Amino acid sequence: MAKELLEGNRAIAEAAIRAGVEAFFGYPITPQSEILERLSKRLPEEGRAFLQAESELASINMVYGAACAGARVMTSSSSPGISLMQEGFSYIACSEVPAVVVNVMRGGPGLGNIQPAQGDYFQAVKMAGHGDFHAIVLAPANVQEAIDCVVLAFDLAEKYRTIGMVVLDGAIGQMMEPVELPPMRPVRPPEERPDWALTGAKGRDTRTITSLYLGGENLERTNLRLQAKLQEIAANEVRWKEYSADGEHRIDDAELLLVAFGSVGRICQTVVREARAEDIKAGLLRPLTLWPFPSARLAELAQQARIILVAEMNAGQMVEDVRLAVGERCPVRFHGRMGGVIPLPDEILGVLKKVGNDTVSGGGD
Amino acid sequence: MATVEISADFELVYKRPESLTEAYTHYCPGCTHGVAHRLIAEVLDELNVRERTVGIAPVGCAVLAYDYLNVDMAEASHGRAPAMATGIKRVSPDKVVFTYQGDGDLAAIGTAEIVHAANRGELITTVFINNAVYGMTGGQMAPTTLPGQVTTSSPTGRDVETAGFPIRMAELLGILPGAVYVTRQALFDVPGIRKAKKAIKLAFQAQLEGLGFSMVELLSTCNVNWHMQPAEAMEWAKEHMVAYYPLGDTKMIDAVRAIQERK
Repeated sequence: MAKELLEGNRAIAEAAIRAGVEAFFGYPITPQSEILERLSKRLPEEGRAFLQAESELASINMVYGAACAGARVMTSSSSPGISLMQEGFSYIACSEVPAVVVNVMRGGPGLGNIQPAQGDYFQAVKMAGHGDFHAIVLAPANVQEAIDCVVLAFDLAEKYRTIGMVVLDGAIGQMMEPVELPPMRPVRPPEERPDWALTGAKGRDTRTITSLYLGGENLERTNLRLQAKLQEIAANEVRWKEYSADGEHRIDDAELLLVAFGSVGRICQTVVREARAEDIKAGLLRPLTLWPFPSARLAELAQQARIILVAEMNAGQMVEDVRLAVGERCPVRFHGRMGGVIPLPDEILGVLKKVGNDTVSGGGD
Repeated sequence: MATVEISADFELVYKRPESLTEAYTHYCPGCTHGVAHRLIAEVLDELNVRERTVGIAPVGCAVLAYDYLNVDMAEASHGRAPAMATGIKRVSPDKVVFTYQGDGDLAAIGTAEIVHAANRGELITTVFINNAVYGMTGGQMAPTTLPGQVTTSSPTGRDVETAGFPIRMAELLGILPGAVYVTRQALFDVPGIRKAKKAIKLAFQAQLEGLGFSMVELLSTCNVNWHMQPAEAMEWAKEHMVAYYPLGDTKMIDAVRAIQERK
């Protein structure tokens, strides 16, 4: 199929259509409004449901309702809007219904600004809402990956009956790139909704979808079931990419290992290429799933790396997971920019060289 | 549950609606939730829609409504039932969708959701239980608590200077163009309960005919949190609640009136 030039947000909208989304509920917020705008046109054209809600709180609860009805459903927002949706994420995760959420991250905290940022890592990965749960979190680094991640998020959300969250920053959302859209999947007809969905108790017992489990042991049984599911996801769904020189390949010889996700991960691909041109044995691990996190692979790479540099557009969030994965095997350093400032390749390369030299000359962690 | 063989000579004049389960409710003696549940169940039976109905249970005393109503149900977070109902209805337009909500749920934390669902003319029906108090959390002041009414969080009585006035939701929603039938009824005596049932039926019929949003507000009692005997609570409610919350329709479009006049 021929490639076409598409902006990130519009590509995400189109990917959702191709993935068979039946309904979208959302609320405008920069820098993701183009997803909502595009779907406001495309979904009615396809005879599917679109609704601009009164708030993000309403959006996510509409998503929750449609998910309970067994429909393939999604919403999208940006950082402050995602905060409002956290109530719904928690209910959806506990009720075990599938839903897809896209967060086109902007600078924070508070109203912050509308520049690209990665300050919502903790929120997405550690605490998407109250109680014990994780969403499956996918972090694309370019428009094609954003498309692929949206499709994957639907598949994983339905496979595990939980939230598939795609986090990208405003740069990817607003960037135009040549991409290939996936083939159009047929929309699942209403009579083929899953056997747990609320479809009316015709010729069968009634169904209830709830996140209420009164009594300690009753809820603990649910918690244990949810945790077992998370372990299954962690065992099966970790995804990442590795880069040394041009293109992707194994980085087992990397002495200076970069770890970065999303836009920074993409920038670090350039950093690695430039470093290799200077005969520096650099490599990059770019997590595609932020939860579950590629901890095992990092621990492996940490055996031969001299130092790991984590670069993020935040004050240091993913770096905590890298440190947990690596332990005492290898020193871990951090370079971050905040406020919507995007670090440039030369800037990161400079830091990489410096931390590399520090370790050669005996500088500790 | 014990069953009794009924002689064929007897005519069956009263039975458990199919839309009610056989479970005993957890409601306090004197509570009107059981009455409201039964009215909904009778209406769903009479309209023959039980098998294509999806209900939304609220946060509050009726959180376990799904144990008592014999239909598919989801449990919403506090205030969000109209948003969930919207999500369900938009992807399942052939289903009959209703929310069951209390006053804290509908008139405080979920004000935005109910106003916008009504304003969109969402094809759902809301049964709104107004008992002027937060029941399950132990009797705190609700948005509908009457001026001067003592609750656990208004120990000297609701002071409208600081706590504002009780909200008349039926009036508020009645002015919205998307709402086609909004009414306030009371569950304080048998004639009132009969009227309430007619109103609930009409509200569901408005949905079935695709006319728009409908809501039945049911003035109810919470004798436990009001610290009254059940009968005393009914009398108190008749005297004080009805004075502030007048009974009757706040909105009925002609197409709904036509259903009502149809025999």
